[in-house]
Amino acid sequence: MEDIIINENQIKQEEYIVNMGPQHPSTHGVLRLKISLKGETVEHIEPHCGYIHRGIEKMCERLTYQQIIHLTDRLDYLSAHTNNEAVCLLVENALQIEVPERVKYIRTILDELTRLASHQLWWCAFGMDLGALTTYFYGLRDRELILDIFEETTGARLLQSFNTPGGLMNDIHPNFIKKVKEFIVHFRKKLPEYDELLTGNVILRERTNDIGLLTLEEAISYGVTGPSGRASGFACDVRKHHPYSAYDKVDFKEILYTKGDCFHRYKARVEEMWESMKIIEQLIDNIPEGDYAVKMKPIIKLPEGEYYQRVEAARGEFGVYVLSTGEKYPYRVKFRSPNFSNLSAINKLGAGHKIADLVAIGGSLDLVIPDIDR
Amino acid sequence: MNNEQLKEKIYSIDSTINIVEGKQYLELNVAPEDLSKTALMLKNNPDLSFDYLICLTGNDLPDAYAVVYHLESTKHNHVVVLKVKAANRENPTLDTVSNIWITADFHEREVYDLIGITFNNHPDMRRIFLDEEDWVGYPLRKDYTDNNIVVR
Repeated sequence: MEDIIINENQIKQEEYIVNMGPQHPSTHGVLRLKISLKGETVEHIEPHCGYIHRGIEKMCERLTYQQIIHLTDRLDYLSAHTNNEAVCLLVENALQIEVPERVKYIRTILDELTRLASHQLWWCAFGMDLGALTTYFYGLRDRELILDIFEETTGARLLQSFNTPGGLMNDIHPNFIKKVKEFIVHFRKKLPEYDELLTGNVILRERTNDIGLLTLEEAISYGVTGPSGRASGFACDVRKHHPYSAYDKVDFKEILYTKGDCFHRYKARVEEMWESMKIIEQLIDNIPEGDYAVKMKPIIKLPEGEYYQRVEAARGEFGVYVLSTGEKYPYRVKFRSPNFSNLSAINKLGAGHKIADLVAIGGSLDLVIPDIDR
Repeated sequence: MNNEQLKEKIYSIDSTINIVEGKQYLELNVAPEDLSKTALMLKNNPDLSFDYLICLTGNDLPDAYAVVYHLESTKHNHVVVLKVKAANRENPTLDTVSNIWITADFHEREVYDLIGITFNNHPDMRRIFLDEEDWVGYPLRKDYTDNNIVVR
């Protein structure tokens, strides 16, 4: 039999394109990544967004400021409370309303509980992305306790809309302080388990170390904020640099790393959970007495002009831009969503890696798709 | 730097820029032809070094289509707002800043998609959310009509 000799120059090479998503479990929602492959190596990633674009910014132009708050829940649903707060702070600052100290403290505590719940869900999903199914049960077990606290006080587990211009919808539940303290005691014991289970795990280390590197300059230029940006050394914590609510009264550390790979993005979030607990502990015993809201006019009209409010959501900097013409409806509303900017770096992070690493990279960015599509 | 010092500094570099004290931040109004030049100056001047583009917003104003850039310096922690109006209302175009701040790549595509401002020299000027092939119009424009919009 004659040997078949293959001349390598005669093999036709062409770009091979694979779609990851829109229904792919590791994209955590309807995001489609169009991936150009060479063998198993990713050459180029092109995100296709808009599968759940609802036109929230357009809707806001026909809604009052109180109504807009309810739509901000539907952006990053895991940072619902933080997003609400951004709109409320914007309105309060524009009308120069000083909210009671009690409101500031409760808002900050709820902010941090939101961050904890969000990071817990991220942690368990990240473990699952990389094949560690147990993490999902650990994370959800602890997150459930926070959701119970939310349910009792705000009446909702996920989309709370508890903030309102001038304060809160209602006072906290009598059990709130007790339950939060119990949760902190519980979670201080449980968080080291997270480290035991996943952080030291060889498979996790192998799959995240040196994967998806992002330098400081790139992080700033791409606008990658939140724990993802801070893992690259980008000091972008709005709580620290532009404090709002009660963040100027608490002592906490901005978690910064310099390496900027998937593992350090993972580490930044786990460490942030410790800091969140520290913040809650400093505030929970000192909630001042007082009203839970100031009386506002039923129709809120912002003076003519432009306003911008930034807050630190669980995934990065969330901003609201409002252009008002003095009417009860805003003329233009824009949400600066952290995930949209974070997603733009995915080609930079993923190109050159294997397709399986893309799952780790997507997980480490902690994308929430409704926040991208708006 | 506080707003007062920032204003003086920018004036000392380029006295032609129209600077307005806004409610929160300094607002720089520039002509569309000066956009690239001013943006580069804001980024590269060591005393200003606005290296972080926080937010890029497209607006449909009564007189023109406009873009608002919120800029921050990660080194000096000051914020400035850059505002530019596209000259032509029928076919609004502006220069891209995505070569200066990469994050503008996606944000400009969003503005193109929803407001309809085209950015010159943009590496990939396509719609980002809506369907490139069959979507007609730009939804965030004030004159956009759709049977599905409920007006109360």
